[in-house]
Amino acid sequence: MHRNIKLLAMPVLLAALLSATAMGAGIKKDLKIAFLPKQINNPYEVIADNGGLEAIKEMGGVGKVVGPSDAGASSQVSYINTLITQKQNAIVIAANDANAVVPYLKKAQAQGIKVVTFDSDTAPEGRALFINQADSESIGRGQIQLLSKLIGGEGEFAVLSATPNATNQNTWIKWMEEELKKPEYAKIKLVKVAYGNDDDQKSFVETQGLLQAYPNLKAIVAPTTVGISAAARYISTSPKKGTFVVTGLGTPNQMRAFVKNGTVKAFQLWDPGALGYLAAYAAANLASGNITGKEGETFEAGKLGKRTVGKSGEVILGPPTTFDASNIDNFNF
Amino acid sequence: MATTQKLNLRFSWEAMLCVVLVMSLGLGRGLSAEFLGTANVSNLLADFTEIALMALPMTLIIVAAEIDLSVASVMGMSSALMGVLWHMGLSMPLVVVLVLAAGILAGLFNGLVIVRLGLPSLAITIGTLAMFRGFSYLLLGDQAIADFPASWTTFGISTVGDSFLPQPFILVIIAAVGFTVLLQSTAFGRSLYAIGSNQTAAHFSGIDVARTKIKLFVMSGFMSALAGIIYTLRFSSARGDNGEGFELSVVAAVLFGGVSIFGGKGSLVGVLLSLLIIGVLKNALTLYDVSSEVLTIVTGLLLLSSVLVPNMAERLRAARIKRVMAAKAVAAR
Repeated sequence: MHRNIKLLAMPVLLAALLSATAMGAGIKKDLKIAFLPKQINNPYEVIADNGGLEAIKEMGGVGKVVGPSDAGASSQVSYINTLITQKQNAIVIAANDANAVVPYLKKAQAQGIKVVTFDSDTAPEGRALFINQADSESIGRGQIQLLSKLIGGEGEFAVLSATPNATNQNTWIKWMEEELKKPEYAKIKLVKVAYGNDDDQKSFVETQGLLQAYPNLKAIVAPTTVGISAAARYISTSPKKGTFVVTGLGTPNQMRAFVKNGTVKAFQLWDPGALGYLAAYAAANLASGNITGKEGETFEAGKLGKRTVGKSGEVILGPPTTFDASNIDNFNF
Repeated sequence: MATTQKLNLRFSWEAMLCVVLVMSLGLGRGLSAEFLGTANVSNLLADFTEIALMALPMTLIIVAAEIDLSVASVMGMSSALMGVLWHMGLSMPLVVVLVLAAGILAGLFNGLVIVRLGLPSLAITIGTLAMFRGFSYLLLGDQAIADFPASWTTFGISTVGDSFLPQPFILVIIAAVGFTVLLQSTAFGRSLYAIGSNQTAAHFSGIDVARTKIKLFVMSGFMSALAGIIYTLRFSSARGDNGEGFELSVVAAVLFGGVSIFGGKGSLVGVLLSLLIIGVLKNALTLYDVSSEVLTIVTGLLLLSSVLVPNMAERLRAARIKRVMAAKAVAAR
């Protein structure tokens, strides 16, 4: 039986290769793939969804984005139920709650609908694949490596995080501290982790407070898009502009002005558009039967090339991109 | 004379709701062939379980010219408390009893403050809306508790046999029958209309207004706690932010059901029809990929129409009476 499938698959593969389009190998035509973001109109998710729609268009599928206007635990569930009723081929979801959606995603999977998570995962039984932006370790360590470069390997710095309970940020900070233990960072000292609660005003005030409390502070690392732009805005009007280092995770559009006026030298982020793009290819490959989500399987992801499924169904987009004056104008998100 | 007029108006509103319901069902069937499928009807009903449970006591409260805006916060607090108690190692039946008891206490608190201090329930329950929500964050923070026993969470997502009837919806049916009997055919129910029409008159006709109001808020607290339990089981997720914003959906359903915000008027049949209409419209439009913003606008328009239409009818009649009176006055002179 297995061999038969392979035999059957051969001509399909050949045809795909011969057709020499941008299409991935053996992806079925007219697949119905729905993106279900945490919340529609969340700017980050909009970029990711658009990346996904672009990929679906490339593959000749039918893509759409549906989702709730609030990020409550249950608000995605009625959309999942609707997508099941509509007999979609695949659902690509950024889950608001790791558990609340699982019973309903299981129901979808039981009816042959392939489920891929991105940005925010569910419990593993809810999906076949999780498309992760970058592993937490490389984000955390990468932030310290960039910081060290920017402050010349020594000095005091503070972290301006989101909320004290934010899972993402806390994991990244943990890896930052881990990286700092290396001997080459012996002269770099983390003096304080402040919380701006992902609120622009609060982050602004916290930045002010950090500069007052620590006169020798050389840098702020804000691993949150809200925090980094608030910190940069504060520094851009202070006498320390140009000498004080602000870095972290931010989007190019948000940080462009600060890079151009010299407040910020460099910062990092992954490309959310590419994340959605990869998730769409993963979903299409699952729905075409090319992969099942087992560790070690590989698939073609259009312009992103060949990707491998890692442990517990995770596919990693790759290390974050560093943006600075030389490349920022190549990105629009 | 006045009573027959009131009855006529109410009857016509409910008749209109029946027509709207039939139209909504027709619309749903027209937009999607899957609309009347077993699975979809089941999702449709399940989606408004919690709103319905809370709308029942809310109807009684608004008939008595009061309001309880803290319902969704009591629901969230119950969900959080359920998670905490379960993690303390208590057995599920005990957890349920304790959570319901806490809901009763929350309602008792509302009722006592309103009655003893003689303050408007609108102001007090806005206060407790914030306070109970605060408690739920205090209990769980940003955490989510999801490891409830499968035997209980299965109840949350199963239907009765192979039918379309979700198991939790049985509670809605039982409660709906109970509250309808209570409001429409008991002395207690009639006393609510009396209080809502004229509290002072009700007091002098021997109704214990204070006691009645406390009972209403206790019922509301109990039903909100029940809604919190059901919600937690349906999504196997206890979180502090569960049900955030539901109070507006509950009040909207009650008002659209023809219950006057000034008290004294309305019936549970109208509210049940209103719940069904909102559920059907939401489901049908979602199935047709109408975005969630548009859905919010539709709900808003329904609510507006429920306040505007009877009000305008009333004004027209008042204006006519005034004209007649004026004409008589002129004639008399």
